[in-house]
Amino acid sequence: MNDLTAVAPRQSRFSWRGLAPWVISLVVLMVIPLLVSSGTAFTLLNLIAINIVFALSYNMLLGQGGMLSFGHAVFFGLGSYAAMHVMNLIDDASYAGEGFWAHFPVLGLPLVGMLAGGLAALIVGWPFCRRAGTAFAMITLGLGELAAAAGQMFPSVFGGEAGVVSNRMVGPQWFGLELAQSADVYWFMAFWLFVAVLGMWAFTRTPLGRLSNAVRDNAERLQFIGYQPRNVRFMVFIASGAFGGLAGAMAAVNFEIITPESLGLVPSGLALLMAAVGGLGVFYGPIVGAIVVTLMNSLLSDYTDASILYVGLIFLAIVMFAPRGLGGGIEQVRVAWRDGELARRLPGWLSGAVAVLLFAAGLTVLVELLFQWRHGQDELAQVLGMNFDPRLPWGWLAMVVFFAAGVLVKRATNKLREDNA
Amino acid sequence: MLEVIIFSLLNGILYGLLLFMLSSGLTLIFSMMGVLNFAHASFYMLGAYFAYSLGMHIGFWPSLILAPILVAVVGALVERFGLRRVHVNGHVAELLFTFGLAYVIDEVVRLIWGTVPVAYMAPASLQQPLFNLFGVEYSMFRGVAMLIAILMFVALWFLLKKTRVGMMIRAALTHGEMVGHLGHNVPRLFMCVFGFGCALAGLAGVIGGPLLTTEPGMAATLGPIVFVVVVVGGMGSLPGAFYASLLIGLLQTFFVAIDASIGDILNGIGMNVDPYGEVTGITLANLAPMTPFILLVLILIFRPRGLMGELEP
Repeated sequence: MNDLTAVAPRQSRFSWRGLAPWVISLVVLMVIPLLVSSGTAFTLLNLIAINIVFALSYNMLLGQGGMLSFGHAVFFGLGSYAAMHVMNLIDDASYAGEGFWAHFPVLGLPLVGMLAGGLAALIVGWPFCRRAGTAFAMITLGLGELAAAAGQMFPSVFGGEAGVVSNRMVGPQWFGLELAQSADVYWFMAFWLFVAVLGMWAFTRTPLGRLSNAVRDNAERLQFIGYQPRNVRFMVFIASGAFGGLAGAMAAVNFEIITPESLGLVPSGLALLMAAVGGLGVFYGPIVGAIVVTLMNSLLSDYTDASILYVGLIFLAIVMFAPRGLGGGIEQVRVAWRDGELARRLPGWLSGAVAVLLFAAGLTVLVELLFQWRHGQDELAQVLGMNFDPRLPWGWLAMVVFFAAGVLVKRATNKLREDNA
Repeated sequence: MLEVIIFSLLNGILYGLLLFMLSSGLTLIFSMMGVLNFAHASFYMLGAYFAYSLGMHIGFWPSLILAPILVAVVGALVERFGLRRVHVNGHVAELLFTFGLAYVIDEVVRLIWGTVPVAYMAPASLQQPLFNLFGVEYSMFRGVAMLIAILMFVALWFLLKKTRVGMMIRAALTHGEMVGHLGHNVPRLFMCVFGFGCALAGLAGVIGGPLLTTEPGMAATLGPIVFVVVVVGGMGSLPGAFYASLLIGLLQTFFVAIDASIGDILNGIGMNVDPYGEVTGITLANLAPMTPFILLVLILIFRPRGLMGELEP
């Protein structure tokens, strides 16, 4: 391209509209501590912050790069271990009162986690990134299993079954953050959450972020243009590992303990679950997913022993009926609002939501009946006021009624949408 | 030493055959959908639990037939009402669906049968020794399990290679549209293949349940190993899956049996290391659970199409 004037001058992308979500989230992060005061609420908020960063870093791979990974927790866990060991170094150094680590604040630990996660991805990643798809999924699955098994094998690094423990109230205090209470830790989490989300959003705006979308959509074509898909995948893999490590370091500061289990398939599955529930196609999807799944996991588990089953069922329902996830749904509503079509489409959506609720009610009755039949009364059944006896037909009848009503509403919805279309 | 080798060989072959019962169904389903069924090991677990529950009422032998049929019905329903819906959304959606399904099946099993292992045992008539070698008994059930596995392979081979249905399946795997144009109901055929693959996994569960333990974690322990088998053997290749199953079965069993550490081996070849160090003190038995995954990573790096696969995954 010799004639540079033929290219339209690049306009400044700055707009107040684009800035709005960031200002709003900053305000929300500032206001939350004024509204809640209980320690448990802060504990939950801190967990949500960790999971948001974890899910977003996972989505850099799956949603933006098209690489389905079953081993993302390896980078989360390694970042966590690195932060843990550095925390212990700070403890020792500040006890001696000298050395580099004596001046390193705990506030900076996520950078250590980021470095560790990125370094781990740099070391193992190159052979993995040759192909996306099933090969990548299987090799990351193998990596996760290997790392979890190795974690048990080297107790001096990974602490064996008991894991590594540390104390976050060490080293120099910055901004007067003592990090004693979970309300204190909240400010740490809020800061790093904001920085990490901003960083990951900025990544999607870089040429590399754009290339990663291209390699997801059509790797062959990208290769034809002259980019190596493998290089692009590798760089995205490293970036994603780095942000995963950052989330791990946040977890290290929050829990002050890390065990080799956090390297395995279960936490990797959690990242996938959160990202997919929230929606892989929208940037803020995993944020929504992380909030919903974390809330469900911790709130439901207070009331029912079948909480994982409920989360699994919601995941299945979203994969089957709403493949774009919750974030995709929000985006749909937003677009309809922008185009002024909300009033026309809202009735169809609302009646669809009624159908979903009816199905959910039927499934809940089914699960609770099964639970009661095998293990006795579940607390959730009491909360919802379901005192069915599984030996009597009433509960089963209620389930059938819910499902039948759900099918009827679904049919009516389909008809309504066809008429409106 | 000889008895260790012979028994490790027998156990390794039996474990390998069990793995092949799972990986053969998984391979069939993979060739059909182009996606690994993440819930395959969950169907294996369902087989074991169904056989346990049925066995209490009708005995072991009838449940040997009935439990896999039940699993096949569950599998066919999953294909008809779940996977077929998700198929339009592409491969990742299908994989996510089977991943979520594995979660749900695991939790339903926990819900119905509890979180602790159930007492699913081989029938009393099969618990006496089949033969006695060097004073160690080899139980009749292991022999019968091996026999069932071998019979199943012969039946599978006969079905796929010698019958009209097998011909249709093989044709539909490679040229689905053409088979459809010829007037066959390809979606129904796929549903049957999915059910059949699940039945094979269920049968593996019926005989694997008493050999290993019947507990809600059994799918999670065996599942990843079965994927390794399919990838190492070469995706979509039945003979490849067979050799890879035996290879991994034998490898794991021999590693468990060998009582030596890495340090012992290094010292044996003339290097002078501390046999109790953190790395050198690791015994091969400790490494046994990792061997499939080490093999997987090596294969994917050096021979991505697997032992006998034609295409790279």
